[in-house]
Amino acid sequence: MKQEKIQLALVIDLNVCVGCHGCVTSCKSWNSSGSGGPMTDMNPYGSEPAGTFFNRVQTFEAGAFPHTETIHFPKSCLHCEEPPCVACCPTGASYKRDEDGIVLVNTDICIGCKYCAWNCPYGMRELDAKERVMKKCTLCVDRIYDQNLPESERKPACVLACPTQARLFGDINDPNSEASRAIRESGGYALMPEWGTKPANHYLPRHKNLFRVRQDELVRADNPLRIEGAPTPPAQDSPSLDDSTSW
Amino acid sequence: MKPALSVVLLTTLIGVGQGMFLALFAGQTYAFFHGIKGDHSFYVNGSLVVMGFMAVGLIASIFHLGRPERGWMSARQWRTSWLSREVIVLPLFMGMTTLYGLAHYFNWTESFTYLWQILPVDLTAVIGGIGILVSLLLFLCTGMIYASVRFFPEWATPLTVINYTLMGTASGFTLCAVHSQYTQPDFTPFFAYWAAALTALALVMRLASLMRNSRLRQKIGLQQAIGIRHPDLRQNTRGFMAGSFNIKEFFHGHSPLFLKGAKRFFLLSGFLVPILLLVLGGFSGNESYLRLAFPLQMVGLMVERWFFFAQANHVQNLYYQAIA
Repeated sequence: MKQEKIQLALVIDLNVCVGCHGCVTSCKSWNSSGSGGPMTDMNPYGSEPAGTFFNRVQTFEAGAFPHTETIHFPKSCLHCEEPPCVACCPTGASYKRDEDGIVLVNTDICIGCKYCAWNCPYGMRELDAKERVMKKCTLCVDRIYDQNLPESERKPACVLACPTQARLFGDINDPNSEASRAIRESGGYALMPEWGTKPANHYLPRHKNLFRVRQDELVRADNPLRIEGAPTPPAQDSPSLDDSTSW
Repeated sequence: MKPALSVVLLTTLIGVGQGMFLALFAGQTYAFFHGIKGDHSFYVNGSLVVMGFMAVGLIASIFHLGRPERGWMSARQWRTSWLSREVIVLPLFMGMTTLYGLAHYFNWTESFTYLWQILPVDLTAVIGGIGILVSLLLFLCTGMIYASVRFFPEWATPLTVINYTLMGTASGFTLCAVHSQYTQPDFTPFFAYWAAALTALALVMRLASLMRNSRLRQKIGLQQAIGIRHPDLRQNTRGFMAGSFNIKEFFHGHSPLFLKGAKRFFLLSGFLVPILLLVLGGFSGNESYLRLAFPLQMVGLMVERWFFFAQANHVQNLYYQAIA
């Protein structure tokens, strides 16, 4: 059997994401101080602030009031298996790693031409306004292999931060990984598969746990009390438990 | 998307340069078949003008790069990237233009062989012929940079390459008509009429692309973008209230009315009025018509290129429909 290449990815469960932005701040915090360099915030206290983020949480609403549903939608690079942002890069700064399928930018040779951002249908790349090079989610490549961290912490910062465990991380080509099992068993889907980019990150759909109860199930058909007859309730003036124990 | 002045200048100015080179060689061919002994200063000065436009375009392009000092690296991925291919072909074209100018300057016009045993071939013809191919190749590369981005539905059509080629060629012929007034006045009507014809053809093709774009229907919507198959879906917040690269790069911030005005302006200034002036200039021999036609056409074509960028609506904009 052909051995599939390792493809690390995130699987995001929209059913449990509460839109707390914990993954956003955790990502920014780790990656600002990580090997990827700063994620510059321009004019942070001014009238027109702007900044670089690898991860954003957007909120959508479905339906008309009162039948509305809120959908929190975390959004970061999808680490496509056929990434259009890689082939178009004129310098080769944008590349996909063979060993784990992570799409990265070599900021040392990026010329900041923005052409890769034009070629990303998901809008997941951001030009750092100060460093003038393209930045994007690295799947925390600088921590998931860090032997100095305990194994339980060798995960992307967003995954560790999520309070509802809406973010799963793993090799989606390994059928035994938590991520691929979630995709397989919980209806994981890719964004805009029409483009043929084969996004590695997947989303788990929202669903409601409905428990359907039939009318005849509300009364037990085999209720022993009904078969044998209910015991006669005590008379109103008969002594109660309190009367017999109050001594 | 938001049009970048640097890219507007780059694409229009190198278009003029490439078009003028085509015009110079067309002039050489015209002179040969009409037995006119061409003035070499026409070609030498013409090549200098071409180089001037290419150089200014190239300098403008530098301002588009975040890290211009690394620009030389952009030739590396020519196997897959049209941007990389343009970076290779552009200096090649400038090299061919320089050689063409030098060949005329040193008068390398002695024929060394005959094509089909009747057409004498000299070095200027060989260099010019190769230059023509390189010029067309550069039009292809520049056009494909935009036409190959399938996430801008307005650009992803062969019309993009055709329009880049035709508009560049038309403006180059207009400039050559002006240029010939100084060095080779007997060529002027030839260039003026051809410039008018090419501008008319460019207008037809541009109108075709405008019609195509006005009929474009978005095939992918919010449902596909976030994978929620609900018929009534809208964005409440994009997740932040401050600015970001994606907002700045992919939204021009002008009203539909402004765009409509820009479209009307470039159709008049870039095409219709120059056609009229070129025909009048060619017919009457009045120099001022042509001198007015070229700057007018340039302004029009720059507005056209601005509109070309502004009209493009990237697929990623689906994710940025509401601030909060």
